[in-house]
Amino acid sequence: MKHSLLPHPILTPVLALIWLLLVNSLAPGQIFLGLLLGWAIPIFTLRFWPERVYIAKPLTLLRFLAIVLYDILIANIAVAGLILAGTKQTRPAFVRVPLALRSDLGISLLANTVSLTPGTVSAWLSPDRSHLIVHGLQVHDPAALVSEIKTRYEAPIKEVFEPC
Amino acid sequence: MITNLGCGLNMIDFMLAILILIGAAFTFVGSLGLARLEDFYSRLHGPTKATTLGVGALLIASVLYFSTRGEGLSLHEILVTLFLFITAPVSAHLLSKAALHLRVHSVARPPAEAEDPIADQRGSSAAHPPEQAS
Repeated sequence: MKHSLLPHPILTPVLALIWLLLVNSLAPGQIFLGLLLGWAIPIFTLRFWPERVYIAKPLTLLRFLAIVLYDILIANIAVAGLILAGTKQTRPAFVRVPLALRSDLGISLLANTVSLTPGTVSAWLSPDRSHLIVHGLQVHDPAALVSEIKTRYEAPIKEVFEPC
Repeated sequence: MITNLGCGLNMIDFMLAILILIGAAFTFVGSLGLARLEDFYSRLHGPTKATTLGVGALLIASVLYFSTRGEGLSLHEILVTLFLFITAPVSAHLLSKAALHLRVHSVARPPAEAEDPIADQRGSSAAHPPEQAS
C-alpha cells in the first residue's frame, strides 16, 4: 500500500479544513482547492509520515480532547496563582513516567499534552523511548503525579492510536 | 443581528472588553513568572501555560469582534490557537532538554541519566530505527 492514491485518509479533510480556515471563506472554489491540497500534500510528504494514522475510537478521542481543554483552563489558573503567590509555594521536582506508548505520534501527543496541562512540562525523553522525564512545578507526591498522567492522558491516547 | 440594536452593541463591547482584560491579565502573569520563579525549569511553566489562556481569550475577542462587523463569520483565529498549542510544548521540551545537557542550576534534583551527554549518543545509535525498539 506504499503508493496508494490516498496514503493518509484522515489528513486530507484536516488539511482541507485548515485551508478553509486560512483563507477564511467557504466558497465552492476554495473547498475544491482545499481538498486538492489535502490530497496532494500527503503524497508529497509521504516519507515524512511513514506510519498510517489510524483512529480506533473517535468518541474516546473527543472525550480526551474535552478533558485536555478543561485541564488547560485549570492549569492556566493554577499556574497563574502559583506565580502570584511567589516562589515559597512551589515545590519543583523531576519525575520519571514509564511509557506504555510505542509510536512516534502517541509519544509526541502525550508529551505535548503533559506540557499543556497542570504544572507539568515534559523535559526529556530517554533515547530508547522507555520513559519520559517530566518537570512538575508543585509536586507533593511524585507517585500520584505519575499515575495521574498514565491514567488520565496515556490510557486514552493508547486506546485511540495504538489499539492492540 | 444583535449589533443593530443599541443595547446589543453595548453588550458585545462589554464582553469584548472583559475578554481583552482577561487575556491581558493572564499574558502579564505569564511574563511575570519569568521574573519571579526560581530556576530555569520553573520559568518554563509560565510561557507554556499562563499565556495559552491569555492568547486564547484575546483570540476569542478577535473572533467576536470581526464576526459582529457584519462581514460574516471569522474563524481563522482558531488556527493561531492550534499552532500555539502545537509549538509551545515543543519549544519548551527542546529548551529543557538543552538545559539538562548544559546542567543549568535547578532547585529540584535533575535525573542523573538525562544529564549524561554520552547516554544520548549511545542510546541513539542503538535505538535509531524505531522498529527495532518495539
